[in-house]
Amino acid sequence: MEYLYALLFYVATVIFIGGLAYKVYQYATTPAPLKIPTMPAPLTMSGVVLRLLREVVFFESLFRSNKWIWLFGWMFHIALWLVLFRHLRYFTDSVWLIIVLAQPFGKYAAFAMLAGLGGLFIRRILVERIHYITNPSDYLILALLIVIGASGTMMTFVTHTDIVQLKVFISGLRTFNIQPLPTDIPLLIHLASVFALMIIFPFSKLLHAPGVFFSPSRNQADNTRERRHLASWAAAKFETQS
Amino acid sequence: MAKADYEVPALRPYPTIPPLKNDSMKGKGPFVSRPEFQEPLGFPGDLPDNWQQAVIDKMGEMLKKYRGLQVFLDSCVKCGACTDKCHYFLGTADPKNMPVARQDLLRQVYRRYFTLGGKLFPSLVGAQDLTREMLDEWHNYYHQCSECRRCSVFCPYGIDTAEITMAAREILDSVGKGQKYSNEIIAKVYKIGNNLGLPPPALRDTLEGLEEDIEAETDVKVRLPIDEEGAEVLLVTPSADFFAEPHVDGLIGYAKVFHQAGISWTLSSHASEAANFGLFIGSYENMRRISQRIREAALDLKVKRIVFGECGHAWRVAYSFLNTLAGPFDFLDPKYPVPQHICEFTYDLLQRNALKLDKTANDDKVITFHDSCNVARASRMGDKPGGQFFIPREVIKASCNHFYDMAEDTIHDVTYCCGGGGGLLTDDLMDVRIKGALPRMEALKQVSEQHGVTHMASICAICKSQFTKVIPYYGFRMDQIVSVHQLVSNAIVLK
Repeated sequence: MEYLYALLFYVATVIFIGGLAYKVYQYATTPAPLKIPTMPAPLTMSGVVLRLLREVVFFESLFRSNKWIWLFGWMFHIALWLVLFRHLRYFTDSVWLIIVLAQPFGKYAAFAMLAGLGGLFIRRILVERIHYITNPSDYLILALLIVIGASGTMMTFVTHTDIVQLKVFISGLRTFNIQPLPTDIPLLIHLASVFALMIIFPFSKLLHAPGVFFSPSRNQADNTRERRHLASWAAAKFETQS
Repeated sequence: MAKADYEVPALRPYPTIPPLKNDSMKGKGPFVSRPEFQEPLGFPGDLPDNWQQAVIDKMGEMLKKYRGLQVFLDSCVKCGACTDKCHYFLGTADPKNMPVARQDLLRQVYRRYFTLGGKLFPSLVGAQDLTREMLDEWHNYYHQCSECRRCSVFCPYGIDTAEITMAAREILDSVGKGQKYSNEIIAKVYKIGNNLGLPPPALRDTLEGLEEDIEAETDVKVRLPIDEEGAEVLLVTPSADFFAEPHVDGLIGYAKVFHQAGISWTLSSHASEAANFGLFIGSYENMRRISQRIREAALDLKVKRIVFGECGHAWRVAYSFLNTLAGPFDFLDPKYPVPQHICEFTYDLLQRNALKLDKTANDDKVITFHDSCNVARASRMGDKPGGQFFIPREVIKASCNHFYDMAEDTIHDVTYCCGGGGGLLTDDLMDVRIKGALPRMEALKQVSEQHGVTHMASICAICKSQFTKVIPYYGFRMDQIVSVHQLVSNAIVLK
C-alpha cells in the first residue's frame, strides 16, 4: 500500500507542479494586445495590486454580484486555507509556533469548508440557472472536495489515524525512503482524493486560481493616454522599422 | 414596420429574474455578410470547404495572441454570478443569453480541441464537437451580445464576455460568415470615409445648413468648419451627429462650445467618423486601419489636439486603444491628453468659467442620464477613476435645474446597455433590441414616476439611435431622448 501511495504522490506532485508551471508560463507569455481593464480601474500598478488583493482575499466582485454564492464560496476558500495551513505540521520537521497556534482554527474551519461546499452543491442543483450551466465535472469536483473534507474531518474528530506513523511516511517521501503508511480507510480515501485533485488541477476549471492573477480585465492599470501599450506581435506586424 | 410584429416585454414595478425559457431566441441570427462586404476587410467571402479545420486553426492562433481569451476560457468555474446580469437574458429569458452560457458556446469547442479533459472525456466536461449547427449557434447568440461588459464587473475572475464574443465573431469572419451590418459599414468607411456613406460634398452642405440654422435661431454666426488646416482642435464625431435626431443637436452644442471658448476647430472629411466597428467584430487589423485615419487627419490638418464627440464605443477605442493602434501622438500639444472627450473639454471650460450657461433654458425638462456601457466600463474621463460618471453629470447639471439619477443598480459601472450596442443596431435584430432594452426601460419608468423625469440624456450615438427607435414600444416618446450637448446648446449664452 505505501508503495502505491508513494507512487501516486510522486505522479500527482509532478503533474500538479509541472502542469501548473506550464499554465502559468503560458499565461505569462501570451500577450494582451489591448488594454481592457474593467473600469473604473486603478491608475497605477500599486493600485492594481490592491485591486487583485481585494479580489482574491475578499472576493470583491462576487460580493457585489451575489451574496449567497459569495457566502458559500468565500467560506469554503478561506476555511480551505486555514485547513491547509494547519496541515503544514505534517510536512515540517519542527512545528513552528504559528502553526501550533493555528491548529484549533484549522480544525474547526473544516466544518465551515464543508458547509460552504454543501451550499455550493445545493445551489448547483436547486437554482435553475446554475443547474443549466453545470456539467458533470462541476458536480464531481465539488464531490471530490467534499470527500476530502469529510474524510479529513473524520480523522480529526472521530477515528484518529496514527499521525506519528503518517508523518514518518511523509518525511520519507522527501528522501525517497518509503516508510509504512497507516492503513485506516479514511486516511487512504483522504490521500487518494487529494492526489486526484492535484492531478486534475492543471486540466480543469481549478485553473481559476492562477487565472485570476492574469485576467487582463483585473490586472491592468488605467493609463492608456499616458503610456503606449503595444504587444510584441502587433509591433512586429504593423510598426514600420524606422 | 408595425409595432405588433414584436413581442414587447411588460414593464414590471419590481423586476425579478425570469425563469428560463429554453431556445426562446433560437434562430438564424442577423443577415450573413456578402462577399463584397467581406473582401475589403480581408475576410473570405464564403464558407471554405475545410471550414472546420480553419475554425480550429483560427481559434488556436487567437489563443496565442490574446491572453484574455486563453485565461477566460480556462478560468470559469460556473459559479453562476453572471447569470442574471445580462440585459438580453433579462429581456429574453433564453438561457443561452446568460453570459456564462454564451461563453460556453465557444468554451465547449475549446475544451474539445484544446484541453486534455475535453479530448478524453467530452461529455464529462461539457465539450462539444464543432458542427455546422454549432457554427450557426455562434452566429445567432454571439449577435445577441452587445459587448457591454456588465457581466465582467460581477465575475470573480473578471471574465469579459465581450472578449469571447469578439473572438467568436473574428473566427466567424475568418470563415466567411461575418455579419452583414457591421462589415458593410466597415467597407463603407474604407470606401467613403464614414459609416453612413456620406461623401465630403454632402457633408459640407450639411454643415453649411447647420450654420444657417444656428444663425437663424440665435443671430450669432457659429461655424462648423471642415478640413481647415491649422485649426487647434480636430473634432472626430460619429457620422450620425451630422443629421440624426437627437444627435445633430449635440453637434450644434459642440460647435457653440468651441465658438464660445474661442478655440479654433475643424472636422475632417478623411476621418469623418468616430465610430470604429472594427471593435465589434473583434478585428485588431480593421480596428487599427480605421484608427489610422484619425492619425492621418490630425497630421494633415496640423492640429494640436484631438477631441471626440459623443459616442460610446468610439470613446472606448479612442481612450483605451488609439494610442496603441495609431500612436504615438507626440506631434500634438503635450499639455492635453490625447484624445479628449467633448465632455472633458466642456467641463474644463466650465471649471474656468469660460462658458456662461442659463439653466432655465432647460426648465421644461426633468433630466436623467444613461451611462453608456463603453464609456462607463471601458474608458475614463478626467484624471480620476470614475470621472466618466462624474463629468457628464456635471455638464448636465450645469445646463439644467432638474436632474435625477436612475436606480443605483442601473447606473455608473453597473449601467445597463441600451440594447443596441456592439453591432446590433440593425433592423434584422429588432426583436432582441427591443427585449434587451427592458432593464433600462424599467429604470427609466421608475424614475419617471418617482421624480417626474421627462428626458433621458446620453453621450452615445448608438444609445441615442437605439432608444429613439425602441422606447415607443414601451410607451415613451422618441423625443424624450436628448444629447448631453443638446442641453448645453440650449443653455449656452452666446456672445
